[in-house]
Amino acid sequence: MTNSDLAISARAVKKSYGSTQALIGIDLDLHHGECLALLGPNGAGKTTTTEIFEGYRKRDSGQVSVLGVDPSHGDLQWRSRLGVVLQSAHDLGELKVSEAVAHFGSYFRDPAPTSKLIESVGLIEKADSRVRSLSGGQRRRLDVALGLVGNPELLFLDEPTTGFDPEARRQFWELIESLKARGVTILLTTHYLDEAELLADRVAVIAGGIVVADKSPASMRAETLRTATVSWQESGETKSVETNNPTQTVLELMARFDQEIPGLSITRPTLEDVYLQLVGSHYLGVK
Amino acid sequence: MKFALNIGFSRIAIELKQLLRDREATFWTLAFPIVLMVIFGSVFRNQTLGTLEITFSQYFVAGMIASGMLYTSFQNLAISIPQERDEGALKRLQGLPMPKTSYFIGKIGLVFVTFVGQTIVLIITGILFFGIDLPTEPSAWWRFTWISLLGLVSCTLLGIAFSSVPKSGKGASAVATPIVLVLQFTSGVFFFFGDLPSWMQNFASLFPLKWLTQGMRSVFLPPEAAVLEIAGSFESARTAQVLLLWLVIAAVLATVTFRWNRRGEN
Repeated sequence: MTNSDLAISARAVKKSYGSTQALIGIDLDLHHGECLALLGPNGAGKTTTTEIFEGYRKRDSGQVSVLGVDPSHGDLQWRSRLGVVLQSAHDLGELKVSEAVAHFGSYFRDPAPTSKLIESVGLIEKADSRVRSLSGGQRRRLDVALGLVGNPELLFLDEPTTGFDPEARRQFWELIESLKARGVTILLTTHYLDEAELLADRVAVIAGGIVVADKSPASMRAETLRTATVSWQESGETKSVETNNPTQTVLELMARFDQEIPGLSITRPTLEDVYLQLVGSHYLGVK
Repeated sequence: MKFALNIGFSRIAIELKQLLRDREATFWTLAFPIVLMVIFGSVFRNQTLGTLEITFSQYFVAGMIASGMLYTSFQNLAISIPQERDEGALKRLQGLPMPKTSYFIGKIGLVFVTFVGQTIVLIITGILFFGIDLPTEPSAWWRFTWISLLGLVSCTLLGIAFSSVPKSGKGASAVATPIVLVLQFTSGVFFFFGDLPSWMQNFASLFPLKWLTQGMRSVFLPPEAAVLEIAGSFESARTAQVLLLWLVIAAVLATVTFRWNRRGEN
């Protein structure tokens, strides 16, 4: 299974915590240079999956290869090729931004130049500020800088924009785009569909410990066009029909009303609806 | 190995920087043992031990310098490492190409510098207020050096090992502080060791603090004070053996039990 085209390859990965089966069997591939977004409700197994890839947790069974290495036996040389941006770190408060970046850079043979890296995450004005004085968004950008300090081939981003204001998120997305342009392979965990659609080449949805969907954002978007809901007012109540041919439905209504159709609307499911349906049908299927 | 050392030294620098910038923590680390020393030392200043002209205050000052070793190493790390675990600092380090040894080296360096700072302040207080004399014999200073080194390294490693016991940073102080207190009461810091029941003396002899206090008395009390010891001497060789044994035990415990993540998170 050691396919050299793959940055990550996982087959039938299982993991239980006590009697709870967190992962029932994860199959996932990530190609070099690709950005994969991992979506899924809380408790679905996203964090367990990524932490197995990062070497933080041990799987019970199945095969995993990350940059050609089994992460449960990853050595320091392997680690130096990864960048990990964790969900919630609030350490390093007393250090200056530049000190933190320079310090962690010293762990690598060929680290990114400190000031260039700080500039690339948009913290140059904060380079001499103490980490504890940073805002939430700035703190996250420092975490990303520390994840990038060793020029990693593969970057793990765990819910990087949670708690960001819209402007900070937009800036953050630009940063990720620039990393993609540099050819960094990215595994992004997120709750935001717009973020996944914008940044990812592929979206994998995890629910109940398995991958329930693995497709491009475009094909997920295409599913939103498959059906439509036509609704209107009739005898004092709202009626609605779900159909694959909304034009036909409207034509029929026009014939029936012979005038303006009261309260007519045609709505398509949003990306979120498609996502919720994927997740929901899985849980329904389980029951 | 060279790699581990280089990062280790880099960690010492960063650990110190973080501690010294936290002025509150630095102040209390230094002030707490002095407050204790002044209170206890002042209460017992007229109480002489045996027929010698040695006051319990002087006896206590030696015990406090040994206790300072336990504060700066064991107690400090047993509380601060679980906090680092909660803050995500350890998880960050685990994800970096850093040898575990480098982290330990950083802690040993941090403890060492803190101990030197604290001990200087304690010795000055002892000299100014409680009639402690600085030893003039080079052999006493040599004893001070090896006892401190052995004690610090083993208690640092014990602190690292013990950091896996508390479930969270919040509870860490409640778990670690009583251990230090019990050892202080039973090892001849707060009470004259010779007055303690023998079961208590035997209990204390299993742990490093009893030997560290005895060792510090051999440095800071005049040689004739040896008669106050149970063995009638300061037992330097025995002290070295016990501390070395603890160092080996602590190194094994620290390496085997140390965990980057909280219990149940793997």
